[in-house]
Amino acid sequence: MEHHLILRVITKLLVPPILLFGLYVQFHGDFGPGGGFQAGVIFAVAFILYGLVFTLDEVQRVFPPWLVHKLAALGVLVYAGVGVLNLMAGAKFLDYNALANDAISAQHWGILAVEFGVGLTVAAVMVTIYYAFAGRPPRMSDEDW
Amino acid sequence: METVITITLFILLVAVAVAIVRTRLLFAVVMLSGLFSLICALLFIALDAVDVAFTEAAVGAGISTVLMLGTMALTSRREKPRPRSAIPLLVVVITGAVLVYGTLDMPNFGSPDAPAFNHVAPHYLERIPREIDVPNTVTAILASYRGFDTLGEVVVVFTAGLGVVLLLSGLGRGRRQSDAASEEDG
Repeated sequence: MEHHLILRVITKLLVPPILLFGLYVQFHGDFGPGGGFQAGVIFAVAFILYGLVFTLDEVQRVFPPWLVHKLAALGVLVYAGVGVLNLMAGAKFLDYNALANDAISAQHWGILAVEFGVGLTVAAVMVTIYYAFAGRPPRMSDEDW
Repeated sequence: METVITITLFILLVAVAVAIVRTRLLFAVVMLSGLFSLICALLFIALDAVDVAFTEAAVGAGISTVLMLGTMALTSRREKPRPRSAIPLLVVVITGAVLVYGTLDMPNFGSPDAPAFNHVAPHYLERIPREIDVPNTVTAILASYRGFDTLGEVVVVFTAGLGVVLLLSGLGRGRRQSDAASEEDG
């Protein structure tokens, strides 16, 4: 899409606010609508938009596939790791009450950590799926649309 | 006012659905199905289900559209013309009639007697300020009370990604390695 000047300029302007909004949805999920799933998708959309307008190679230079694959697994590990941490603190699996001194702040920490894991996995998997589809030939030329 | 908005959105939804059925151009179909998701998201907002609306707008209108465009790029741009037949219409009408008949037994919209308001919901609403104290009830239920379910969902998402990688993009590396091996052999 090299000759689409407007698309390229607007995309450059839009990507940072989208990433910022994804982070806001991620970490504000306990107070407003949102959470890890939505935040992960929004975060991934920023990379997908970049990949659609610039090329797949450009976005893979920023966010290489090996890193994406590892982040997807890391998210599940963070989530399950919080559960194991609870086990070691003497509580049940994913029962956050033992994570801090008082139960309510322990719950807050637990939810924050778990949502972070969800966001990481969802964002990485969405980008992975996009890479998998976009990386396959044949590429469409602009005139075909 | 709210009724007017809801009815307008439903009319738009039906119009988009009819347009999707009638168009043969797959690019238009993909774009219209994104529009369909956005209208659904607006309907969810009208129902005060903001979390669901958020997910519908991000996943349904955003990611699905991109993935369908990606799939379309790998196949054809136009649906093959098919001979007209009355059977699909008949199936749709019968299924629709059964679904409408099923809704007759449901409680009215917003009725206080609905099971959704009487089963576990009051229990959660009473316990969450005391035990977890986060303003978003949905997050509290999903991440804490049903943390194990959500872990399962994350594993499902991860497995889906893994499957796509294995099926679509993981083959490249194997091919390159086998190419290298055959070059060595040659």
